[in-house]
Amino acid sequence: MDQILKMLEDDATLTPEQIALMCEKEEGEIRDMIKQYEHDGVILAYKTIIDWDKTDREYVSALIELKVTPQRDRGFDKVAEKIYNYPEVQSVYLMSGSFDLAVFIEGKTMREVAYFVAQKLAPLEYIQATATHFILRKYKDKGVVYGTVEVDERGNII
Amino acid sequence: MDYTSILSSTVQDIKPSGIRKFFDLLENMEDVVALTVGQPDFATPWHIREAGIASLEQGKTYYTSNAGTIDLRRAIAEYLERRFDLRYNAEHEVIVTVGGSEAIDLAFRALINPGDEVIVPTPSFVCYGPLAELCHGKPVYIETKAKDNFKLTAQDLRAAITPKTKLLVLPFPNNPTGAIMTREDLESIAAVLRDTNIMVLSDEIYGELTYGRRHISVASIDGMAERTIIASGFSKAYAMTGWRMGYLAAPAELARQMLKIHQYAVMCAPTTSQFAAIEAMRNGDEDIEYMAAEYNRRRRYIVKGLREIGLPCFEPEGAFYVFPEIGALGLSSEEFCERLLQESGVAIVPGTAFGAGGEGFARISYAYSVKHITEALERMGKFIQTLR
Repeated sequence: MDQILKMLEDDATLTPEQIALMCEKEEGEIRDMIKQYEHDGVILAYKTIIDWDKTDREYVSALIELKVTPQRDRGFDKVAEKIYNYPEVQSVYLMSGSFDLAVFIEGKTMREVAYFVAQKLAPLEYIQATATHFILRKYKDKGVVYGTVEVDERGNII
Repeated sequence: MDYTSILSSTVQDIKPSGIRKFFDLLENMEDVVALTVGQPDFATPWHIREAGIASLEQGKTYYTSNAGTIDLRRAIAEYLERRFDLRYNAEHEVIVTVGGSEAIDLAFRALINPGDEVIVPTPSFVCYGPLAELCHGKPVYIETKAKDNFKLTAQDLRAAITPKTKLLVLPFPNNPTGAIMTREDLESIAAVLRDTNIMVLSDEIYGELTYGRRHISVASIDGMAERTIIASGFSKAYAMTGWRMGYLAAPAELARQMLKIHQYAVMCAPTTSQFAAIEAMRNGDEDIEYMAAEYNRRRRYIVKGLREIGLPCFEPEGAFYVFPEIGALGLSSEEFCERLLQESGVAIVPGTAFGAGGEGFARISYAYSVKHITEALERMGKFIQTLR
């Protein structure tokens, strides 16, 4: 049921018990549904959104635009697969428009990322061109606004 | 100076809301999980905020006509028809007010002569009695009861009516109990009133927040529109409390009189807010559905949670409050809430803040995140254990 997926997408820490209460279902039923979703690959993973800028972790992220020559029968899939297997690669999307693949990369330094593009991505077969855009600041990601911690400022009016 | 000899005796006789003391206590404490707030925890949907901002950018910083812009009044009339099957003439029967509160005040001031009686079902929002008293009216309270699902019954209403009765306040969906009045309930009230000259002030501010069935306005019951003033607003449905946007809908002759008061007292409702409100009425139905669905999940969660920690809880069908019974634990509502706050750091509102019938109960708002509610329930559960 979409409702449960939406609830979990917004807050993965919700327990089956909590979801069951909110949807007026049995806890076991919710547990089974989640298991089924996981089994079917509808739910792929549960992760945490972290504002790394508030920690002392050194990191930099970048969006790489790739122009790719599609391969006979396999289109862009084979190239995409080659790319997403690198652990440095966070996301890969096939795009419409002036380039083909959008690749999000994380590394410790700009040099490291630049090196990765130059040494690993650019030389791949079928890659025609790359353009690297470093991300300077994240304002919002996956529906979450960065930098603000919400304080309840509502007046106590009954 | 001795201000007591200067100030109006009517004003001095009005009791300040008893809950202030409790909130002062709350404000000086740290690590408190509060479930006290009577307003949504959503920000106003962005497209509505944007409409307000755009009006400022375009320099729309003037007064509007007293009753509000005709665009907004039309939008309100269309909305009332679309959502509640009510028919009001935008030009003559709708006034845009500063929050639903002003609409309530206007109704009282327009109707009450000194000595007139105003029937107020309780527990209910705190303003009705004091506002009636400011008009030298006399509030007559009817205690609604848990056994009646906190509805106003025709029997109790009939018993409260005297030759001096001028007005019945119908505060449903109800703050603090979450009770609603179904069509059948309203039919029985209408049957009592139809042959009288008693007017109805229907406070429908929570009209969009009902769960499982739509809110029915008393004005949609046969013969009732002519004797009903609807006070409502944008605060709860669209999460717009801070915009101070409300409206009233009433027969033209009444609206004309109320408009005089509005015109002399506040001139017009805030212009920026009026532009935002037009956007809300025209394109905000989805926002209402989204927020109501979210409240509904929390409602189920908290009702079950309270029952599990041993607090009997009437199933609320409207607003965003639950009204659990705490009387069996041997403390008065105020003692319970004060000790809960001091010993467990959870703030809820004693039922007595909402008038007669509130003793033995407490109001809990679920306009909070599930995480927040969960934390509060855990703390409350432990506190209740210590009382047994």
